[in-house]
Formats: sequence, C-alpha cells, structure tokens
Amino acid sequence: MATVGPHLHFIKQGARLTPRSKHEGTGRELTMKTPQILTAILATAGFISGAAFAEPALIYDMGGKFDKSFNESAYTGAERFKAATGSGYREIELQSQAQREQAIRRFAEAGNNPVVMTGFAFGSALAKVAPEFPDTKFVIIDMVVDEPNVQSIVFKEHEGSFLVGYLAAETSESDVIGFVGGMDIPLIRRFACGYVQGAKAANPDVQVIQNMTGNEPTAWNDPVKGSELTKAQVAAGADVVYHAAGGTGVGVLQAAADAGILGIGVDANQNHLHPGAVLTSMIKRVDVAVEEAFTQGSNIEPGITVLGLAQDGVGYALDENNQSLISDDMQATIENLREQIIGGDIRVHDYVSDGSCPVS
Amino acid sequence: MTAIPRWADVILVPLLSLLLAFLLSGLVVLWIGENPLTALFIIVKGSVGSPYGWGYTLYYTTNFVFTGLAVAVAFHAKMFNIGGEGQATLGGLGAALVCLAVEWPHWLLAFPAAVIAAALFGAAWAAVPAYLQARRGSHIVITTIMFNFIAFALLVYLLVHVMKPPGQMAPESRPFPPGAHLPTAHEMLAWIGIPFSKSPPLNVSFLLALVACVLVWLLIWRTRLGYEIRAFGHSETAAVYAGISPVRIIMLSMLISGGLAGLMAVNTVAGEAERLLIDSVQGAGFVGIAVALMGRSHPIGVLCAAFLFGILYQGGAELEFEMPAVNREMIVVIQALVILFAGALDNMVRLPVERLFAMVRREAS
Repeated sequence: MATVGPHLHFIKQGARLTPRSKHEGTGRELTMKTPQILTAILATAGFISGAAFAEPALIYDMGGKFDKSFNESAYTGAERFKAATGSGYREIELQSQAQREQAIRRFAEAGNNPVVMTGFAFGSALAKVAPEFPDTKFVIIDMVVDEPNVQSIVFKEHEGSFLVGYLAAETSESDVIGFVGGMDIPLIRRFACGYVQGAKAANPDVQVIQNMTGNEPTAWNDPVKGSELTKAQVAAGADVVYHAAGGTGVGVLQAAADAGILGIGVDANQNHLHPGAVLTSMIKRVDVAVEEAFTQGSNIEPGITVLGLAQDGVGYALDENNQSLISDDMQATIENLREQIIGGDIRVHDYVSDGSCPVS
Repeated sequence: MTAIPRWADVILVPLLSLLLAFLLSGLVVLWIGENPLTALFIIVKGSVGSPYGWGYTLYYTTNFVFTGLAVAVAFHAKMFNIGGEGQATLGGLGAALVCLAVEWPHWLLAFPAAVIAAALFGAAWAAVPAYLQARRGSHIVITTIMFNFIAFALLVYLLVHVMKPPGQMAPESRPFPPGAHLPTAHEMLAWIGIPFSKSPPLNVSFLLALVACVLVWLLIWRTRLGYEIRAFGHSETAAVYAGISPVRIIMLSMLISGGLAGLMAVNTVAGEAERLLIDSVQGAGFVGIAVALMGRSHPIGVLCAAFLFGILYQGGAELEFEMPAVNREMIVVIQALVILFAGALDNMVRLPVERLFAMVRREAS
C-alpha cells in the first residue's frame, strides 16, 4: 500500500510533472532501484506490525512551514507519508538561526529516526551533530554533508530551470524576462543560470533581468521586497518573471498577477496561486524526497542522491490552471528538450560546478 | 517605592506579575485546544527535569545574566540601554575575530582573549551612543536602538563579503580552531567525576556569568564609582553639586554596560556555535531589559530573573517539540506575555499591592 497510496494522492493533486511520468505512472520515483523498493516495503511493513519503530522527524528552515514553496513541499511529503502509512512524525519550525543544533540534537536524543532537515543552512550544524549520534540517520536536502550516517539529497535545479527558461522566452512578447532570487548564494545562481541558458536557447536575443532579494536568510521570507523587485522588472519591460525565493516568491507571483504579466513558481506547484497568471512552476520534488526518506525510515542509505530531470526530481508543472497558457506544440517542444537533456544531447551548465555562468 | 516592604517589592510583585502572565498564557493555550496544565508540566519538566534540560536552561540563563546585568548597570545611572542586542552582536564579532586570528594552543589562553575582545567590542559599540548622550544630549534610547540595526547590517556585510569562506553558501565564518573550544559542562563535570548530558552547550561561560554578578555587585555597592553612578542616577543635579562629572558617569556606566552585553556572545559564539553565525544574539539583548526590570537591577535579582527566562526559553522550545499544536508563534506570544507583565505592566500589579499594604497598615495603627 505504501508505494501505491502516495502515488494516487499525487494524481489527485493534479500536479503531474510531465506527460511521460503520467504514462508510466511512476512519477514519484527518485532513483529507487528494485532492491531499494523492497527495503522500503519491508520497512513500511515493519511500521505497520508495530516493530521497534522510531518516528521520523522533520525540521523546517527559516522560511517557515507554510511558505507555499520549499518548506511547504517538505510538509506535503510528510503528510503523504502519514496518510499512506498511518504513522506519525515529529516536526519543528525554527525560531532562530541559532537553534539549528538544538533542534537536530533534540530529535536525535528523543530517538527519532531519520531526522530530515530542509535547507543548505543546516550544513554546518549537522556536520557537528551527526558524529555525536552514530546510530541515528540524518537526511539533509539541498546540501552535501559528508558523514557516514547522513544522506544528502541535492537537486539539479539548473535542468528544471532550463525548461521553464525556454518556456518563458518562447512566451515573452517583449523579449525581456525576469528572475527574482531569494538569498544570493551559489544554489540560487544555479537556478538563475539554468533559466538564462534555457531562455537563450529559445531566443538568443532575449534579455534576462536578474535580481536577488538579499544576502541573509530573511531574504527567504520577504514578500514585500519580492513584489517591489518584480514591479521594477515589469517597469523595465519584463513580461515573464521566474522566482526562486521561497516565501518571498509569494510577493513575486502576486505582483506579476497584479501587473497582468506571467509569473513562474518554484519548488512546489504554485500554478494554483494565481490561475492563469502563473505560466508554470519549476517543481523540485522535495515532497517526494521527504516522503521517501520517511518511508525508508532508519534503513535509509547514507550517501549522496542527486535528483535531476532523469529521476523526475525536478520538472515543470502542467495542470488545469495553466493549460491555456501552454500550447500542445510548446509542450511537445519542451518534452523534446527534456529528453535531450536526459539523453545528454543538451548539457545544461551547473553554476555551482565552477562558480560562473556562461551566459547572462 | 517605600510604600511597601522590601520583601514585597523584590519577591511578591514579580511573583504576582509572573502568575498573571502564566494565567493569561494558560488561557491562550486553552484557546488553541490544549491543556494548559500539561503545557506547564512540559515546560517545567523540559527545562529542569533532566540534565539535558538543565544544561540548556543554564545555557540560556548565561545569556540573560550578561544582558540583564548590562541593562541593570546602565539603569543605576538612569541610562536606558536598549542596545544590548547590537553590543552583543559586536561582542560576538570580537570574540570570533580573536578565536580565528591564531591557532590557539589551549582554551585557557583563548578564553580570556575572547572575553576581553568581546567586552571591548561591546563597550566600543556602546561608546558612540554614550558620547552622543553625554556631550550632545541625544537620547540614549533612540541612539542605542538605532545602533542595533547598524550592528546587524555590519555583521551581515562582514559575514557575506569578508568572513565567509569562498564557495560556502550559509553566511557563517569558518569554524574556530580546536584549541579555542571552551570546555562544556559535560567535560568540566567529568574532571570531578560527575556524569552530565553531552548535548547541551552549557560551558565555562556560565561560571563567568556568576563572577560577573559578584563583580557588578561589588562595583555598584562597594566602590566609589558605583556610588557615583547611583548618586547620578538618583539625582543628576545633586550629583553635579557633589562634584560628580555627568559625562564621566554616562560614559563609564555605558561602557561597562556595553562590555557586559558583549560578554554574552562569548557564550553563544565561542561556547556553543564555535563559528560566527548571523544571529548569535538570539534576542537576548531585549530579554535583558525584562530581566533587569524583574530583577530590580540587583545582581541576585538579575540572576533569578535570568534563570526564569532560561526556563521559559528552554521550556518553550520543549513545548514546541512536545505539543505540535503550539507552534513557534505561540511560544513567542507566551514569552512576550511574561515580558509584558514583568516589565511593562509592573505598575499594574504594584499599585494594588501598595494600596493593600497601606490599608493593612492603617488598620493596624
């Protein structure tokens, strides 16, 4: 049941990643291979039979649980795990930056396993705490922590961003598009760089205006500034604006809808926030990652998991809210591009690999 | 102040304020559909019910003792220093710069160096508002709170552009060298053979906080400078008449205050994180105001009030873990209610108590 339940939920949600994943009906897979699926099922069976089982725990980053984006996506995954298995989980929202270590320790001390945390900012805290609890498994999303009991999950955001960048440039009539990032860090530059590459692939003359909200973590939760930056980009001629800014993006999408232009959502499927005014969303399956980690429980394999287009870890959202904005031809083109990226015919440059972007 | 006996002033009034705050918080908890008694139990058990809880409670207490003493010292000179947040931020910067500067061979060397640097940086940050108050009459409340924002902006700039190792995403400095590791409660108690939970960040700074309490008491009540500070605080004109220089008192009291606030960061930066984070003060600068008010600016009172807030902070964190319905916003509401009653609404409790005592006295006579 555990492997079917979430999947049904996934369809109901209407947020199918891509048509292909619908055909195959395996949209929720990460990089799971058959033995791993078996372990997952066995682990799940272990929960149901009430064997020694520690509840998994989830720590949200500063953006907050209901940021309609990154953290909320993690919450969705956790809830799906709960619905599918009937088991509970523990969670906490951070009150301050400085509580990261305490939050991780507290869950590890209480025997929660695995302890999942969303966000690169947990990196140093986890690197310090993980060795203190060798029997606990930790999962960190968006960051690599090299410890024997940590699974690090990172996404190829540049691949998904490439697709929405292509869509943005094709849709734009002014040949000016915008990007609003949250905190100015290499991770967000990776989004921006993929986006620009996609846009330039569609139209070499397109101009991309890029803005970052700020330098520190409050930049993830500043919708007012997000809205201001978007208005400035609209004034400069942009008619499609993509955000990778967590809670700040709520303001970006609102300002885009108010100005009568198109926004592009991120992380979660945000098409429904302003139906008809959100071109698409670059989905990053944080929800699947969290659900998968919870389901595997303490049997989760340490190491690094990289999720890209090929693993359906990233993608673009197509649902009833944006159907009218994306023509069948366009969809076919994007699908084609997707196949080419997966097949290696198109190489999307990863900003993080060398700290620079070939296009701007 | 003289209307009620001293025991009522220092014990009864704060206790009643606290009770009112807890009652109102209980209603809030009830309102979101949870049992307030269970919540209270979780707070108490989570903060003082285990070595783990004690460790965290005393760790937070350490923070509040420093910032509470900082506000208290300034209070004695009638200076309302609400810039503890900024002064502690700079103190953290000072401690971090010192810890990062050299490969420290042993904490016995690193600790005093970090302490001195943190105090100097905190004092320096308080010096500008103090000078503006002393020489120009710019109100200390306005200038100190403005300096909080400047301190935060400065820290963000330094962390993002200067101190962050290249390629790292989180705005943090690199970790301090191992020699700068301050002994934790676990390690210190192990020296004398007592086992203690390994997790809490309680460290040697707690002892420094106790020493600071004694020193502040000596300063205010046993030295000439302390006498001058108190005299100045009671009546500026009388102090001037007695030959006390207002500029000197304002400057010195604020420098000491800033230095104490800066020391708070030794606990969080050198003691816990062992690297400079963006938010190492965690609002302790503001809590210090409530602690000083509740502690009636006396070191013993400050220590007790700081312990109470330590319980509240650690217990609040526990509550968030144990009661999912109580989210982080609720914790802030409960903490704010206590600050509101203990600090701002002091007179609301004090006046009826004074009236009650006056009535009892009238009947007795």
